[in-house]
Amino acid sequence: MSENEVLLEIENLSVKVENKKLLQDIDLIIRKGEVHIIFGPNGSGKSTLVNTIMGLPDYEVTSGDIKFKGKSILNMNLTKRARLGIGLAYQLPPIVEGVPLDAFLKSIKKNDKSLDEMASQAHLKDYLTREVNVGFSGGERKRSELLQLLAQSPQLVMFDEPDSGVDLDNINLIVEIMGKLLQKDKTIRNRENSGIIVTHSGVILKQLHVNEGYVMVDGRLVCSGPPLDIFDQIKSHGFDKCIREARKNKKSKLTPG
Amino acid sequence: MKRQNNKDLEKEISELDRVGFDTKGETERSGSFLVVDDKEEDWESREDSLVVLPISFAVKEYPWAGDLLFSLVDKDQDEWTKAVAGSKQLLGSFIYLKEGMKIESPVQTCFFLHNEGKTQVLHNIIVLEPNSELAIITGCATGNLVSLGRHIAVTETFIREGATLSFTMIHDWGAETVVYPRAAIKIGKNGFYTSNYIALTQVKKIQSNPIAYLSDGATAKFNSIIYGRPGSLIDMGARTILNGRDSSSEIMSRIVSKNSRIISKAYIEGSNKGTKGHTECNGLLLDANSSVYAIPELEAKNIDTELSHEASIGKIAGEQLNYLMSRGLDEDSAKSLLIRGFLEKGILGLPSKLQNRLNKIIEKATEKKSI
Repeated sequence: MSENEVLLEIENLSVKVENKKLLQDIDLIIRKGEVHIIFGPNGSGKSTLVNTIMGLPDYEVTSGDIKFKGKSILNMNLTKRARLGIGLAYQLPPIVEGVPLDAFLKSIKKNDKSLDEMASQAHLKDYLTREVNVGFSGGERKRSELLQLLAQSPQLVMFDEPDSGVDLDNINLIVEIMGKLLQKDKTIRNRENSGIIVTHSGVILKQLHVNEGYVMVDGRLVCSGPPLDIFDQIKSHGFDKCIREARKNKKSKLTPG
Repeated sequence: MKRQNNKDLEKEISELDRVGFDTKGETERSGSFLVVDDKEEDWESREDSLVVLPISFAVKEYPWAGDLLFSLVDKDQDEWTKAVAGSKQLLGSFIYLKEGMKIESPVQTCFFLHNEGKTQVLHNIIVLEPNSELAIITGCATGNLVSLGRHIAVTETFIREGATLSFTMIHDWGAETVVYPRAAIKIGKNGFYTSNYIALTQVKKIQSNPIAYLSDGATAKFNSIIYGRPGSLIDMGARTILNGRDSSSEIMSRIVSKNSRIISKAYIEGSNKGTKGHTECNGLLLDANSSVYAIPELEAKNIDTELSHEASIGKIAGEQLNYLMSRGLDEDSAKSLLIRGFLEKGILGLPSKLQNRLNKIIEKATEKKSI
């Protein structure tokens, strides 16, 4: 895997929102076909990271760089980043009154699959004529996000809490669609798409091949290592051990305990 | 009656589907009526129970129709009603549906200003006899080369007991056209009236404030879908007088303003037991030079009336715009989709075929290049 081409490279990234520093000195390299997972307590900066990579306007990069396919994207707006192949499944997507889901999907679709086919995969076929996210349950919103990404076909797929507030049946379906977006049907060697998953839970880890795990604390990626080890560590000790190590070293490799 | 032998006119008439007037026979209709400048050009009814005639013919054939003129609108109401009352020519449509008849396909009418600088003075009468049901779609437009024009119209509508009328009006005027419709609707016991008023293109001034008088159990719904273009002044709304017991009304407007001034007026008077009225104005400002002025007026004259209003005016939500852009839409395409959705949401209670036609008209008016 390591010889694969780098898709996303983040160097020394610091970000503030409304003068509040939310990310500090982030370094991250994701190669083609890799999936990385970020754990961390609420408010630690996980969403800030994916929102910054997507290019949402309120997120001000104060230092560092984000390169996608070798080029800096810092000066690109949302549209350009999306067209370059970056996609985000939002944690809390807005409702878009008046805009039917099918019209929206048609306007963003970048593949030759039919809307019906994609909507069936997301179990949202009956929702195509409904307004985007209006009256959708938590699980339906999450699936609507993934359906939009299926239409958009991004190469870097970022999932912000895809499993939060979702019942078990929905989680299985969501993980299945995430697998499609991350080309689970291809051999690992042949996968072109990469992913960043932000989550609190480890359910996803059991069903998807994830290469690298991190813990984010206070806007820093303080630990990294094999995802299952990191998850077991969190299950046994919470985030405390990682926080302590982070305070010692600022950034450290996790020693599974 | 034959149309003028005028190729330009023929061509322009053939393009009137932009205001819902189909001359190509692509959509089903029960009747048709066309006025060009100051002349009734064409009319027909395809149903035995439906009469579609110039009003000047109708007052001879149905003498009672003459008695209806200025029976709901006061001829001295303002200078425009006076202009209609004082006009030498009786120009306009008479649409009459017989008792108990329910017609699915709409009647289409069109008032077209073909020549520059013309004034069109109209008097229209619509009568739906008890328990009948009809949809009317009316297009008002100027020709491709016409900017300056004046459209003055009095329309009096009588919906008898248990009858239902869905009335849709689409305006597409020239940049220097001024428009003064004066309308009143009398809705009989358990009658039902829905009005969808759509103005999405350039106009100098529209001033329209129809009034509906409701009998027991009657319902009136007014929906205005407005896209104010640079330099336009649009002053419109509706008034509903809930005289009848358990009568109800809704006055809704969806307004997009781009460098234009829009006044949205609503007046609801609850004068009887069990009456309900609600008005709502949603406005979207596209730039700093726009203004939307919502004036909701509620007058409760009975202790058992329920009247309410709400309004929300602002710019396009940044969060929605970012969301759409993060899927790859450029800013204008995202705005176009949001504006279209905002306006389409305002159309209510139309048969699906008519709804689809209006959606196409809104889609065209909100294309990326047109926003």
